[in-house]
Amino acid sequence: MSATITPTPRPVAPIGNALTSGQLPRYVEWYVLGASLALSAVILLLMGFNIAGWLVLTAVIYLIALGILSSVVENRRKATDRVIRGLVTVAFLLALAPLISTLITVVSNGIGSISWDFITQTSGSVFDPDTLEVTTKVGAWQAIVGTLIITGIAALISIPIGILTAIYLVEYAQPKQWMARTVTFLVDVMTGIPSIVAGLFAFSLFSLIVGPKAFSGFSASVALSVLMIPIVVRSCEEMLRLVPGDLREASFALGVSKFSTITKIVLPTAIAGIVTGVMLAIARVIGETAPIFMAASFTDNFNANPFEGPMQTLPVMAYTGYKFPGQDIAASNASAWGAALLLVILVVILNLIARVVARVFAPKGSR
Amino acid sequence: MVILAGVALFLIIQAIPAIMADWPSNSDLNEGPTAGYANFWTYVGPLIWGTLFSAAIALVIGAPIAIGIALFISHYAPRRLAGILGYLVDLLAAVPSIVFGLWGIIVIRPFLLPLSDWLNTYLGWIPLFGGQVSTTGSTILAGGVVLAVMILPIITSISREIFLQTPRLHEEAALALGATKWEMIKMAVFPYGRSGVISATLLGLGRALGETMAIALIISPAILVSVRMLTEGENSQTIAANIALNFPIATTLQREALIGTGLLLFVISLVVNMLARVIAGRAGAGAKRKRSKMMAQLPPSDPSTVLAVDDVLARKAAAGHTEGADVAEPEIDAEEADAGVSGPFVADDRPADSTEKRQGDDA
Repeated sequence: MSATITPTPRPVAPIGNALTSGQLPRYVEWYVLGASLALSAVILLLMGFNIAGWLVLTAVIYLIALGILSSVVENRRKATDRVIRGLVTVAFLLALAPLISTLITVVSNGIGSISWDFITQTSGSVFDPDTLEVTTKVGAWQAIVGTLIITGIAALISIPIGILTAIYLVEYAQPKQWMARTVTFLVDVMTGIPSIVAGLFAFSLFSLIVGPKAFSGFSASVALSVLMIPIVVRSCEEMLRLVPGDLREASFALGVSKFSTITKIVLPTAIAGIVTGVMLAIARVIGETAPIFMAASFTDNFNANPFEGPMQTLPVMAYTGYKFPGQDIAASNASAWGAALLLVILVVILNLIARVVARVFAPKGSR
Repeated sequence: MVILAGVALFLIIQAIPAIMADWPSNSDLNEGPTAGYANFWTYVGPLIWGTLFSAAIALVIGAPIAIGIALFISHYAPRRLAGILGYLVDLLAAVPSIVFGLWGIIVIRPFLLPLSDWLNTYLGWIPLFGGQVSTTGSTILAGGVVLAVMILPIITSISREIFLQTPRLHEEAALALGATKWEMIKMAVFPYGRSGVISATLLGLGRALGETMAIALIISPAILVSVRMLTEGENSQTIAANIALNFPIATTLQREALIGTGLLLFVISLVVNMLARVIAGRAGAGAKRKRSKMMAQLPPSDPSTVLAVDDVLARKAAAGHTEGADVAEPEIDAEEADAGVSGPFVADDRPADSTEKRQGDDA
């Protein structure tokens, strides 16, 4: 009897590779995501479905499932890693939600009231003597003009001051000098002035000079430039510091004076960044409501004279249309949304201009 | 910068009559929004509380999310996407505050209603969530959520810059030691960027304190001190929104009282901002101190001690390996021990190398 030779059992599974064993497959996060989407959809279908609840529940289930799965198959450290990665991504998506939701809301509410008439008409009531009826016209022309005038004057005031301050800080001041340090510190602190305080400042300044009822477009411009100067200074300073010192030294070595070096070498090199910074600063203050509301008040009349009388602007129009509506509440709200949409369009255009300028003016030869 | 001093000066000049006035007997202050207060401080106290409270809500909600976003953009997102994502977040900063206010009215208020019902039912015993739940949603919680959205981009952009500045060598060293990505962030990125993140948060707090329009539009206010977040009539008003609401209808002296409250807001946000700057400035000193401590912990540069330390390390490493892998060949151990012993030379080489690299970068 031949003894049956029992061969040593061959390993059924390949020998575990020390490098890849104990790991989840590569696309496990997507699988878990899909599973948790489906699971939470089922749960919510039983309880009543809504999209926000679905997404939130999905995120929770996803994080828990991935954490458990990873801590069973892998180790605790990797599980923490994966869960944190999920948390961070969720945080990011959470931040995108308001942005998208804001844009959708503004566009969908504002698009109805925007028409060519809305942009080119002044609002007010028109009395028709034949029919003895008072019809209200809705228009934003006075607000558009007011916004452009006020922001324009504010830019005229603050751009030269801002750029000159930045040039002083970068080119002339010694970094250890008390003057330079004080200016930097004050600029930093000024960045944090609440916008309404700037409005109060402009109002009280002009009521000291002109007397009570000191509403004017110009005082609103002053308030805006208080807010705008620090932004311009900061961005120009950053840009000027980016100009390579070699360029300056080469210029000095050729015997060029300091002033010529700054105007002919430093500024042209940094001009793209400076223009971008200025555009972003304008976009930032054009949407400020509170200071303009304080200093220029609001009106429905067309007023293009910045030194006298209240002036209407888009943000204030949006605010008053909602908070102090006229007799026709729906119309007021609609015009408020229209003004808000115009404002958003203006801001986006300014941002795009800033981008394009940065592309076009970028110093040649640097890339 | 004369302007800053000018701002303070003019506000003080305008506010003094109202602060000094005798409130109950003054006919001008006895009607309208300022009626029924003993003096300026009883009027402004609840306002200060409301300002701080709403800003605190915004910060609690906003800061962790903002730091998460900053981490995502700087360390998790694919490199090509990161630029676009950063631009999107910056776009959030460009949206005017009034638009956020309108958005808060028609989106956030209804959105939060089920949540506040739930919180009130199950967590109503906490004073924060107690009281009669609002039916319109004009609560300080809604205001705080909108404020949180508004301060997100500030905190995010600053922390992102700080995180991106973490020395590449620190990160790579952590990863090379086998740390997972989160451990790398915890050990290399956070300690490096802590002060920056704190000052970014404080700057966001400053922004939230001064924000006017969103609060003025959303919450239905009352001038009182209350910690309840979900009620209709017990929302503490903030200074800025109070000014915005009452300014158009105020008489001269009332206006001056409002300017007085504005002055206090100015002082508060000035303090917060200065604190942020000081912390950001102190960061340099703190890091330096830590670095010198670490230098002291390093083994002395006496060659014999270095060799001894390396010897111990090599033996430890060998022991670890024989425990870990059953069939480890002894030769590998020997090699590794060799590598460990030759460590000092490697370590000697590296600093020189890195200083060279740094010089190259500077040039």
